[in-house]
Amino acid sequence: MRYLPHSEAERAEMLGVIGVDSIEALFGAVPEDLVAKRPLELPPHSPEYLVEAHMRQLAGRNHAAGDGPFFLGAGAYRHHVPASVDHLIQRSEWLTAYTPYQPEISQGTLQMLFEFQTQVARITGMEVANASLYDGSTGTAEAVLMARRLTRRSKVLLSGGLHPHYRDVVRGYLRDDDDLVCLSASPSGQGDLLDRIDEDTAAIVVQTPDFYGHLRDLKRAAEAVHAVGGLLIAVVTEVVSLGVLEAPGALGADIVVCEGQSIGNALNFGGPYVGLMATRQKFIRQMPGRICGETVDAQGKRGYVLTLSTREQHIRREKATSNICTNSGLCALAFSIHLSLLGAAGFTRLARLNHARACALADALEQIDGVELLNKTFFNEMTIRLDRPASGVVDALAQRGILAGVPASRLVPDDDQVNNLLILAATELTSDADIEALCAALKETLA
Amino acid sequence: MSMNTRGRPTGAGTPSTLAANGAALLPDEPLLFEIGDTEHSGVDLPDAEISTARLGGFERTAPLDLAGLTEPEAMRHYVRLSRLNHSIDAGFYPLGSCTMKHNPRLNEKMARLPGFADLHPLQPKSTVQGALAVMEELSHWLLTLTNTSAVALTPKAGAHGELLGMMTIKAAQEARGEAHRKIVLVPESAHGTNPATAAFLGYSVKAIPAREDGTVDVAAVREALSPDVAAIMLTNPNTCGLFEPDVVAIAEAVHNAGAFFYCDGANFNAIMGVVRPGDLGIDAMHINLHKTFSTPHGGGGPGAGPVVLSEALAPFAPVPFVRRNADGSLDLVEHAEAQSLERITAFQGQMGMYVRALTYMLSHGGDGLAQAAKDAVLNANYIKARLADVVTVSFPDHHAMHEVLFDDRFFESTGVSTLDFAKALIDEGFHPMTMYFPLVVHGAMLVEPTESESKQTLDAFCDVMRDLANDARDGNTERFSGAPYTAPRRRLDETRAARQPILTWEPDDARAQAAE
Repeated sequence: MRYLPHSEAERAEMLGVIGVDSIEALFGAVPEDLVAKRPLELPPHSPEYLVEAHMRQLAGRNHAAGDGPFFLGAGAYRHHVPASVDHLIQRSEWLTAYTPYQPEISQGTLQMLFEFQTQVARITGMEVANASLYDGSTGTAEAVLMARRLTRRSKVLLSGGLHPHYRDVVRGYLRDDDDLVCLSASPSGQGDLLDRIDEDTAAIVVQTPDFYGHLRDLKRAAEAVHAVGGLLIAVVTEVVSLGVLEAPGALGADIVVCEGQSIGNALNFGGPYVGLMATRQKFIRQMPGRICGETVDAQGKRGYVLTLSTREQHIRREKATSNICTNSGLCALAFSIHLSLLGAAGFTRLARLNHARACALADALEQIDGVELLNKTFFNEMTIRLDRPASGVVDALAQRGILAGVPASRLVPDDDQVNNLLILAATELTSDADIEALCAALKETLA
Repeated sequence: MSMNTRGRPTGAGTPSTLAANGAALLPDEPLLFEIGDTEHSGVDLPDAEISTARLGGFERTAPLDLAGLTEPEAMRHYVRLSRLNHSIDAGFYPLGSCTMKHNPRLNEKMARLPGFADLHPLQPKSTVQGALAVMEELSHWLLTLTNTSAVALTPKAGAHGELLGMMTIKAAQEARGEAHRKIVLVPESAHGTNPATAAFLGYSVKAIPAREDGTVDVAAVREALSPDVAAIMLTNPNTCGLFEPDVVAIAEAVHNAGAFFYCDGANFNAIMGVVRPGDLGIDAMHINLHKTFSTPHGGGGPGAGPVVLSEALAPFAPVPFVRRNADGSLDLVEHAEAQSLERITAFQGQMGMYVRALTYMLSHGGDGLAQAAKDAVLNANYIKARLADVVTVSFPDHHAMHEVLFDDRFFESTGVSTLDFAKALIDEGFHPMTMYFPLVVHGAMLVEPTESESKQTLDAFCDVMRDLANDARDGNTERFSGAPYTAPRRRLDETRAARQPILTWEPDDARAQAAE
């Protein structure tokens, strides 16, 4: 077995030192009838080339996003990741290190996290950020709980433009909680939750660009909720948008949660991704997750450590701010490397290019009979209304090798107003030829 | 000047010259923001002309202060930073409870196949049949290894799995009209996540003391059980490195009281392929794919924590899950039906980790997984046997499972602490063991070697441990009190970091202004 270093002779020698006859004797505390008498019904060990063949066969049964025209978004976006990012994150010292609990021999990870926190704070326009959470959806649930702790109130309003999976995760975390108000889907981008705010409101959760692609007015939302002493949680599922849009922090957000997948991370069929969380300095002691801070060593040299751990489960146990133990370290590293390769100039160019590609897509879609564009505003994603259910159209186009977008009904079932809605995204990878192929196929299908 | 086992000078003699040893290849690396600027970029992108008409007046007005690097600058920055880290590939990493085993590179290669990595989570199901098959196959392996009824793959880490597992217990009891059960029993030796998870769901936590021998007494459990108890959260093998001998009786007592048995599966590596947790009577258990099934720890994540469920809890498994259609194709159920719980994450969870874990399982096979568990247990007991005469074994009467617990009695009154001892290991090229956990012994040192280590490595580690133990006893405290001497940094001031938190970089002049 290629991963197990001992020879039989070495095992025997080690058993001699221990003073037992067999490895089985070491399992003496296990009641005898519980030790599997015969091997489990699983295949035996296998050489690398056969395992690879099996996995390649499974991978080959999928239609990869890059195999043809592709327009899916809805919380996960296909962007170009520079080759150097994946090369760097596979270095042993990044890939096979543990959480930096021994800071003297983990300065690489710690300095990277400090840089990551600074980058996240700057793109979101906030004062501080943590070292990442699992993803945007769980980050949103954590933000809601954090806002409740900060305000000591419990009423939370989720905007109808919040990604339905995010809403479901918040609901799951706050099971059967009467103080959680989820507004129904708002595909038009109109109507919102501001008139539902009252003196008991702990926080409102507003996503921008929202699930349907509309850009939402965070400033107005912040003013409305601040007037009653509540907090604004801003959610961004497409973090590239922050390259052209005003930072949520500059508009009054109190907690910003982003899905960071777009920068540095592949689509991966949904995970692993990386949740970003940023907030104001005064709120840090209620922020969940790991935080890295600067300090000095015994000789006065600058260095970094995990800090404020008195918030965390391994110290506080049942009094912790969250049960979170890990962050999304390697995905945060990929994010940080990609963002440092972009820099302000590159990040802005990338965002402008995404918007330009989305404008080209919107212009082309608007020319098609039977297609109505719902968005007056968008960044790189938009919603169109078709003259028939969108899921059938998407399936028909998939047969032709075109992945046309996400039917809203996939995430918002049993709601007639969304059945005909199709959500499409464009990124820097969307070519004119892709758009032409999509539009030609749509025309034929809708004809 | 004294020398350590690697021929390096030790002691407080001339630490500044000692620190220079090897420093030629480990230069300090400035921060990204001190190297780059807002104009540099390592990505070539066209300058797109855009109109702001569709941005609704929400365009960024404040300048974005984000340092950029060209590709050669970025390579150097991140390669240099990486060299300041210890890693499994570079050296022994015996962190108890963390299972720092070898991460096979085939796993990485497979996870990067475009057919897995370049898949959108919301593609039509007909275009992702291979990905759904990975989820189905992984589930089959996990169910077979544990003899349980259902598995929820989506939790993103062990703690997330615990949360989900306890949510299913809560849902099951509410469905039975037993929402009044508000107490969760947690042994003192438990991971901190256990009480944190229980509290997160509104339970109150009742601690169960450990017996003298480090295990949980079924009598203590029986005494704590009442009609208000919802569940027990028990780690088995436990965090003292011991198999709980009463586990079956504990499960029976818990079930007889109408409560559920949540098993923390962090230590599954000790028994995979040898003991099936379902046979012990567990109702829910998370499995850390990043521990037991070798997906890389990545400097602190991403992890993955699928949860296996007993028949009683299976109906409450959350969406999404994979189901086979009548025509043989695979379906992904995305919306809660019957009693299934709401999703606990967007999309399908950690697909990248599913691919790696399945690749690992196929490589090992059922026989290789059992052998890996056995070798892990062999290695822990070998370390215990080689050190027992000089280092205090906390619970000497039992064989260890895959990790062995020592405590600080052997250097009592030498002035050396567990922390000092751990830091001295760094100077010898080893990552320290888990310190001060579990809490049931004083100055705990929990050593988990895993199956990946050769006898040669274990011997080198034991030689160093013996040498350190003898030095501590002989009063050579300098070797410990200032350690580490040869790491990229000496001991860091954690108190200062917490008292005056500096969490983001500011230029020096900005900080000076803020201080005025």
